[in-house]
Amino acid sequence: MTPRYLQPTLTCLLAASCSTASAEYPDLSGSLGVEPRIFLDEPAFPGQPGSGLSPSAVVAPELRSGWNDGDDQLTVSLFARYDGDDASRTHWDVREAYWRHTEGNWTVLVGVNRVFWGVTESRHLVDVVNQTDLVEDIDEEDKLGQPMLSIEHWDPGTGSIALFVMPGFRERTFPAADARLLGPAPVDTGNAEYESSARGRRVDWALRWSQTIGSWDLGWSGFHGTGREPLLIPRTDSSGNSVLVPRYEVISQLGADIQYTKDAWLWKLEAIGRRGHGSPFAAIVAGFEFTAYGLRGTSSDLGLLAEYLYDGRDTVAPPTFYDSAWFGGVRWSLNDTQDTTVLGGALINDSGTIAILEAARRMGRSWKITVEARLFVNVDVRDPYLAGFRNDSYLTIAISRYL
Amino acid sequence: MKLRLIILALALAMSATSSAEEAADRAVTPQEKGRSIAEEAERRYDGFGDSVVDLSMRLSNEEGRERTRRLTWKTLEADLPGDGDKSLTIFHEPRDIAGTAFLTHTHVDRDDDQWLYLPSLKRVKRIASANKSSAFVGSEFAYEDLLSDEVEKFNFLWLRDEACGEIQCHVVQRVPTYPDSGYSKQVVWIEQEDFRPLRIDYYDHENRLLKTLAFEDYRLYHERFWRAQQMRMDNRLTKKQTTLTFGDFEFRSGLGDRDFDPAALRRLR
Repeated sequence: MTPRYLQPTLTCLLAASCSTASAEYPDLSGSLGVEPRIFLDEPAFPGQPGSGLSPSAVVAPELRSGWNDGDDQLTVSLFARYDGDDASRTHWDVREAYWRHTEGNWTVLVGVNRVFWGVTESRHLVDVVNQTDLVEDIDEEDKLGQPMLSIEHWDPGTGSIALFVMPGFRERTFPAADARLLGPAPVDTGNAEYESSARGRRVDWALRWSQTIGSWDLGWSGFHGTGREPLLIPRTDSSGNSVLVPRYEVISQLGADIQYTKDAWLWKLEAIGRRGHGSPFAAIVAGFEFTAYGLRGTSSDLGLLAEYLYDGRDTVAPPTFYDSAWFGGVRWSLNDTQDTTVLGGALINDSGTIAILEAARRMGRSWKITVEARLFVNVDVRDPYLAGFRNDSYLTIAISRYL
Repeated sequence: MKLRLIILALALAMSATSSAEEAADRAVTPQEKGRSIAEEAERRYDGFGDSVVDLSMRLSNEEGRERTRRLTWKTLEADLPGDGDKSLTIFHEPRDIAGTAFLTHTHVDRDDDQWLYLPSLKRVKRIASANKSSAFVGSEFAYEDLLSDEVEKFNFLWLRDEACGEIQCHVVQRVPTYPDSGYSKQVVWIEQEDFRPLRIDYYDHENRLLKTLAFEDYRLYHERFWRAQQMRMDNRLTKKQTTLTFGDFEFRSGLGDRDFDPAALRRLR
């Protein structure tokens, strides 16, 4: 099992030789790009930037190396963004920096890594290992690197069982006080509070068991430690401004993610039970994805997505959009040589609608253009969570060069 | 049943190596003959345990515009004759999809299982196996052209024997029995010496000749395994073309089930 990487260009610059078939490690990859955002409306709060273009740029290099036929892997993946209007969004992060060793059915990983759990599209309920890099995107899919030791055992009968020991808590990122997408009020990230007396040095634990049985993909997970979602407590800062202070509580969470795949249908369920954020509560996301392949005799595919979201948390818990909400979406994949895809969807609850549009297409060999829109529609100004976003509809146009 | 299979195999072996073909013809129907030719072709292809190969995929259209993908393709042969192979493809180029991987567990008696790994999200996603007729990464190959080749998935009919180039070929029609196929039938040319496929014609549901696949530049590995170093798919309707060019095949490199489990996808990148 020799991992073989074919890209001759950069590997050739790094390695002493570049043979045709199997250029070996190290492998340098990643991307850089410009990602201007355009805010469509004048701001809701004084001091925020007006409508129009907000410049931003991203660099994300990755270096991978390996030996012992790939049983040992070393990965470093960095991320940095410059944002012209949001000082907090100008930030950098070690997304991954780990050594992974595989020995028979055992895998050990030491370092910083990102881990994804789950099956649904509109919300990632069971995915609790990594902190959200919220300044990146309000969809909460961008994650900060998490320091960890993980041990995984795989067996054809039982599937994969993984234990995560996580020292070093990462605080959630929030926009700067004079930036867009603040939500209800600026978040004072400099004065975060913790339930644990060890604050950010508490060691958190997680366990996951995942397996496939026929048409079923099953995942069970448990987490005990400082919850990644903060409470946002209204306070007044030293200059007399109202701010929200993040407070990180110790929580216990059990989660299940289940997918049943039949013909062109994916049936999905994620469910959690959590203690530690107010009264114990349950939350679910349940829905389906149906794909019509070869639409009207073309090679393009059309996917239809629908999900229902329920969250039983009380008002003491961190605020959420997903108390009782629906998601509907359409994914169109052209299946062309340039991998053109378009995703449109909407998250709807009693207080308003978040409409989402994402379109991507490769240009030439190694460029890619992505257009993303997040629109806040019909927002109830009395809603304590969503009202702050009502004037923050935006469009991102990203042009990236892949290495 | 078993005895009949043995007789079939014997008859086939004779027809392949001697001039006793006419005797074999009398013993079997065109359906049986078609199936036994396919079984012999599969028998000769199989036995490799596992294989790893790097390949490039060149896509071109009528105007001659070309796009290239580079990938690694790993295959694990089924332990039991009643099950299908496992297959893993990992993309290296274009660079924006580098690290993306497709894992397929093929089955002879039920739908295949298929997973997609998206390295940017570190997400393993089970995908519907009803995508059989979909274009594989924008190429002229459909998923079913690359993955679903088990004898049990077709009804066969021997059509004729004819010269193909300098050698003789069996010409066998096969009709997919699995759901969601994009084809009404396929016609396969299998040469009579080593039972290597040389050409497949794919017919769409309107019975038009849709695509032709040519197997070229065969190379013999370990004095036993023939592998085409190039496979060229011509779309007769759109005039688009996809050419797969393979590097050196590596056999029995020690891969096992654990390398083809959805959990293994997360270790790729």
